[in-house]
Amino acid sequence: MQRPTVRLNRWFLPLLAAASFGISSIVVTIPMASAPGDFNFVGAAALGVVIYAILSFLITLIAQGPRVAQDRMMTTLVLVAFGIAVIPLVSLISTVVTLGLARFDGEFFGSSMRNVVGEGGGALHAIIGTLEITALAALISIPVGLLTAIYLVEYGRGRLARSVTALVDVMTGIPSIVAGLFAFSVFALFLGPGIRMGFAGAVALSVLMTPVVVRSSEEMLRIVPMELREASYALGVPKWLTVLKVVLPTAVAGLVTGIMISIARVIGETAPLLIVAGFTQSMNYNPFSERMMTLPVFVYYSYASQGADTQSYIDRAWAGALTLIVIVMVLNLGARIISRIARPHTSR
Amino acid sequence: MATAKSHIPQKRGDVVFSGLVKASGIAILVTLGAVATFLIVESLPALDPAAQIGSAPDGFWSYVAPLVFGTLLAAILALAFATPLAIGIGLFISHYAPRRIASTLGYVIDLLAAIPSVVYGLWGIQVLAPAVQPVYQWLNENLGWLPLFVGPVSGTGRTILTVSFVLAIMILPIMSALAREIFLQTPKLNEEAALALGATRWEMIRLSVLPFARSGLLSSAMLGLGRALGETMAVAMVLSPAAVITFALITPTNPSTIASTIALDFPEAAGLDVNALIAAGLVLFIITMAVNVTARGIITRSARKGAF
Amino acid sequence: MAKRIELKNVNVFYGDFRAVDDVTLDIEPRTVTAFIGPSGCGKSTLLRTLNRMHEVIPGAFVEGKVMMDGRNLYGADVDPVEVRRQVGMVFQRPNPFPTMSIRDNVLAGYKLNNSRVSKGDADSVVEKSLKHANLWKEVKDRLDKPGGGLSGGQQQRLCIARAIAVEPEVLLMDEPTSALDPISTLAIEDLVSELKKDYTIVIVTHNMQQAGRISDKTAFFNIAGTGEPGKLIEFDETATIFSNPNEKMTEDYISGRFG
Repeated sequence: MQRPTVRLNRWFLPLLAAASFGISSIVVTIPMASAPGDFNFVGAAALGVVIYAILSFLITLIAQGPRVAQDRMMTTLVLVAFGIAVIPLVSLISTVVTLGLARFDGEFFGSSMRNVVGEGGGALHAIIGTLEITALAALISIPVGLLTAIYLVEYGRGRLARSVTALVDVMTGIPSIVAGLFAFSVFALFLGPGIRMGFAGAVALSVLMTPVVVRSSEEMLRIVPMELREASYALGVPKWLTVLKVVLPTAVAGLVTGIMISIARVIGETAPLLIVAGFTQSMNYNPFSERMMTLPVFVYYSYASQGADTQSYIDRAWAGALTLIVIVMVLNLGARIISRIARPHTSR
Repeated sequence: MATAKSHIPQKRGDVVFSGLVKASGIAILVTLGAVATFLIVESLPALDPAAQIGSAPDGFWSYVAPLVFGTLLAAILALAFATPLAIGIGLFISHYAPRRIASTLGYVIDLLAAIPSVVYGLWGIQVLAPAVQPVYQWLNENLGWLPLFVGPVSGTGRTILTVSFVLAIMILPIMSALAREIFLQTPKLNEEAALALGATRWEMIRLSVLPFARSGLLSSAMLGLGRALGETMAVAMVLSPAAVITFALITPTNPSTIASTIALDFPEAAGLDVNALIAAGLVLFIITMAVNVTARGIITRSARKGAF
Repeated sequence: MAKRIELKNVNVFYGDFRAVDDVTLDIEPRTVTAFIGPSGCGKSTLLRTLNRMHEVIPGAFVEGKVMMDGRNLYGADVDPVEVRRQVGMVFQRPNPFPTMSIRDNVLAGYKLNNSRVSKGDADSVVEKSLKHANLWKEVKDRLDKPGGGLSGGQQQRLCIARAIAVEPEVLLMDEPTSALDPISTLAIEDLVSELKKDYTIVIVTHNMQQAGRISDKTAFFNIAGTGEPGKLIEFDETATIFSNPNEKMTEDYISGRFG
């Protein structure tokens, strides 16, 4: 058995890290004497990490042997992987927030893009469109998804249930653009090619949303203890009333949470809506006729077809992106809060 | 024997309700069948060898081939970047971070998984592409002899490599969430046994966590791949596309993907072009389905192995 | 109220597996009958055939006749839901409905079945049932609190109140005290002796002292081995079973030589 020959002081690693970054800053600064420029933070950080990884490995290897050194190396690698992944995500959030705030104002939420060519204008038409289309999609998906979950958990036996389970899995993997093509094909067949309307978008979204609702509801119904169903049966309550009045109320928090998360999942969908709901600059309250703008498509179009006053289009795109993220976050946080509040009730 | 078994009189409510839920289950089957049927029906005109497709003068298959190539290339690159990072994040949250921080991080990751793809696309083109362009310049100057990094270097950074970076970032949250869950499922007894034998943390992970997690990680990678294959908007916004098959990753001419081509061309398409795009969508559907079915197969096979 | 139950050649199955083999026995009204025997001997399974709860499990079914005052529970025209309204059941682990208050738990048999009950009737049912279950004094000031907030023993008495609130003919108890502490157990045992005045009670228990304390008659079940069906070995007055059993196997079990 190999024993550590030296115990390293607990300040050793932090000091070593500081030293590594110090060295790397100096190294990065040297060429600046000949070619002045901005200090290269990314380069300094990357070099610092490499120096730290090598030094900590070597010093540990000498002081505590190969096993500890390998362990330390892997710890460094795991931390680095985490760091690399965090950087773009932090950049994404901070960019959206800082650039989005420029146009996150009353006019943005109070007006459409009708007759707007330069500054001003807003996304009200897109927000209305998103809310209507998502609501319609939810109206289709929640009943179908919830009832299917009830079927699978409470009634489903044999081949039909197995194939429903398998096909829900397949459906979960449908790319969103394919769902859009499907909705287009259906509506084009009956209403002629070139058809664009909000409801077709809702159909496409419900193809994406239903399997998510089935999966999450199924999970929630399965964790309702069998004992509660038996208690109800033993009181002479028929199965359907047991499901409606015992199983569903017990699982309600989880069901609502799952449904909110599934809404958050589809509310940001762009591709299918681009295909079947189209885009417009004007208000359209009727999802059953004419093109309907949605928030994700608004973001895309503000960026993709910039007018003469480029900056105001890009500002609107970022403001739309910020709005989308806020909506998604509110839905997720709401779901989280509901499940936390309801938890003491459901578990004993 | 059969008499006691089958003749259970049912109340009307039970009959109605069980019929209703069963009908919903069947509705799912019908919907999926309809998806497949409609896509096939609308694809057929484009698959006819005699079809004169405006956007595909050489026939459908030579039209779709570079798209399939681009789709696979971008998705596989994204997976290659995302997998080690996802494993790192998963391990960090499950075995390295203090418990308090870990649960918060897990939640933040779940939130990031919900960010709409159009936002990733906007960020990719406005922030990431300009940021990586100088790196491409450097790669071309120093590693230009590799076919991957031949010039001319894209001046905007809107290349297939950037796209796969964005895709990797997009699938990271879901993959690391899965990885974390898989790592947390390692039997505590195995871990404690390893530690009790004097293993370091890494040895414990290598000996008891990773072997246990292998099939789970494989299937999470497949699910990530499925997402990357079908991702549309981020690609459509970031890439400057061309109909080519090339492994050059940093030039201005890049192979496009199926999904982004559909999104970009569909609003303007008419006639047989529409059918060609739908047929391309069908091809994408088949590819993603194959990937997902493989992922499921891995999960069920390992579950069965675990049971015995 | 209380009714006589006669089992005639009852066989109980889980799919292809025969869990209970050919049981015939008579249960008198207003008595406590205990089912005892080692784990897996089919005593709980047999209990669940008395209110047709057994067939809730997919693939499970019953052969033979269970007569209640001369009517076969397994007749072709009998609705299992109707049977369960006449035969109440208390389970091993207390299972009050977590989403309901104490009051609603007692009234669950009415509320879940959509029966209309006037406020006055409901109040008197709640009070009567809770008093009957010896729980009234402890909970009368917090009837609107959730049932999950009670102690284990209180929860089990709440479940008993819930079962007797619908005024069944028979009360089945499946190891009702095995999850409870000794004091709660004693409270439940006292309650069973009380309830005997009005109900036919069948109780499954692992605790032989308990069977000796509270039952009038005792049925002993056993299995030859794993995968074999459970069989009724002996059924007699509790005093006889515990002091002077006819079968060697019963004597061995009672004296703790196996099981």
